[in-house]
Amino acid sequence: MTDSPGRLAGKVAIVTGAGSGIGRAAAIRFAAEGARVLVADIAADRAGAVAAEIGGPAAAMAVDVSDPAQVEAMAARAGSEFGGIDILMTAAGVLSFGSVTETDPQAWNRVIGINLTGTFLASRAVIPAMARRGGGAIVTVSSSTGAHDASPGNVAYVASKGGVAMLTKAMAVDHAPQGIRVNAIAPGPTATPMLGSVMTEDEMRRFGEAMPIGRLAEPAELAAAAAFLASDDASYVTGAVFAVDGGQTAKVGMTLADLGTIARQA
Amino acid sequence: MSRFDGKTVLVVGGAQGMGLACAERFGAEGAGLALFDIEDAALAAAAAGLRERGRAVETISGDVSQAADVESAVARAVERFGGIDVLVHAAAVVELTPLLDFPESLWRRIVDVNLTGLFLATKTAGRVMAARGGGSIVVFASTNAFFAEESNVPYSATKGGIVMFVRNAAMDLARHGIRINAVDPGIIDTRLSAALVHDPVAGPEYLKRIPAGRYGTADDIAKVVLFLASDDAAYMTGEDVIVDGGLTLGATLGIEDLGLEGAE
Repeated sequence: MTDSPGRLAGKVAIVTGAGSGIGRAAAIRFAAEGARVLVADIAADRAGAVAAEIGGPAAAMAVDVSDPAQVEAMAARAGSEFGGIDILMTAAGVLSFGSVTETDPQAWNRVIGINLTGTFLASRAVIPAMARRGGGAIVTVSSSTGAHDASPGNVAYVASKGGVAMLTKAMAVDHAPQGIRVNAIAPGPTATPMLGSVMTEDEMRRFGEAMPIGRLAEPAELAAAAAFLASDDASYVTGAVFAVDGGQTAKVGMTLADLGTIARQA
Repeated sequence: MSRFDGKTVLVVGGAQGMGLACAERFGAEGAGLALFDIEDAALAAAAAGLRERGRAVETISGDVSQAADVESAVARAVERFGGIDVLVHAAAVVELTPLLDFPESLWRRIVDVNLTGLFLATKTAGRVMAARGGGSIVVFASTNAFFAEESNVPYSATKGGIVMFVRNAAMDLARHGIRINAVDPGIIDTRLSAALVHDPVAGPEYLKRIPAGRYGTADDIAKVVLFLASDDAAYMTGEDVIVDGGLTLGATLGIEDLGLEGAE
């Protein structure tokens, strides 16, 4: 899997939302490159399964990232278990649907609380420890929907992911002097349980075929980008929002070629 | 570290600066190198240095704005190494002169090299890649693609054009298994920006605008180029990556610097 083993050797990483999908793939990739990983997920059983799958130096912890006390405990656990913290990846996230008028405040608060406030809380919990060690790297998870563009009918998710993109840039500015780099990945549609929970297999296949690259991303492809941003290979990269989307956001909503196809069908 | 074992990399503008830094890293990771540049002396020196370190190097001297030169560069790379897996397009011309005084001939030269050269190299190398089932292209854009500065209209206009070239080319090339992405360097310590970086007054002063607290090195950029060229970026296409130590995040002046009442 990894082409440059040991790139994260000696590093300690916390990955939130590491029980499935992109977080799980990142935890596995970070470990494969030599990091000791605290696998955090809201579901203890999923976190435990991923830590067991990693085998080596990994620990599992049940964490609700929207709860400040649990997040502080997570940072403390990385310190007590592995002696510090070098890398944070905030992959915990939830999807939601509905326009503003269709979204009740409770649903809004849940999505913002996990996706945006969860990123804030986890960063807030680890930055002092990173600064004491002379630096670190934070990789947040924005989205192709939300980093720059809106998609119809998921206002809370889009707002939360847009917020993550700007939170990422703001933290990059504030903490560059402490040697902490902060970057985001902005995944396009990815074959994760999150997407699978709202689409059939056939819908996922057709969704992938609409991408310029012709398929959905695999979680491991997002993990590869995250590992790069977490590593010294990205030593001068900070405040970047890194689209890993198979060309989705390079493409305008409808191309002239699509219009030709539609005209032929009419 | 052998992500590029057995691969062939064509570097357009590979004789010095960031292009050469890319060649050094690709060579260290096992790639055969075809270096295409207009500056013969620099090209020979770069190749000699790389060969000393045991790299397989082919040099092609020519002008990227001329189709015949680009075709011969691609043909030589294929002849020597059997194909092209990666194209790195680093060649560019810059000239700082206020717009109202900018010579038309120089405008045409900048557009010819920076944009038409990219078109020719992408098309010619892309056909070779398509015939072999795919490849990866990494293009040098710039933070100038998004952020304006004085006296730099033609260069910035071409760099903005490069970003849209990359996005649109990604659409056309995806079906051929070819990914194309761009890197946007900020202020990097190379010959192009030496006048600023090493100025005793302007150098330290400008540095205050860079959150990372240092100018970039050519190797900082090369590391990102290799990532984009590698399979680790298999789902990235049409994207451009800013590598500027935070320069363009937009925080050159904090509220506290304004001395406003109410700010801490």
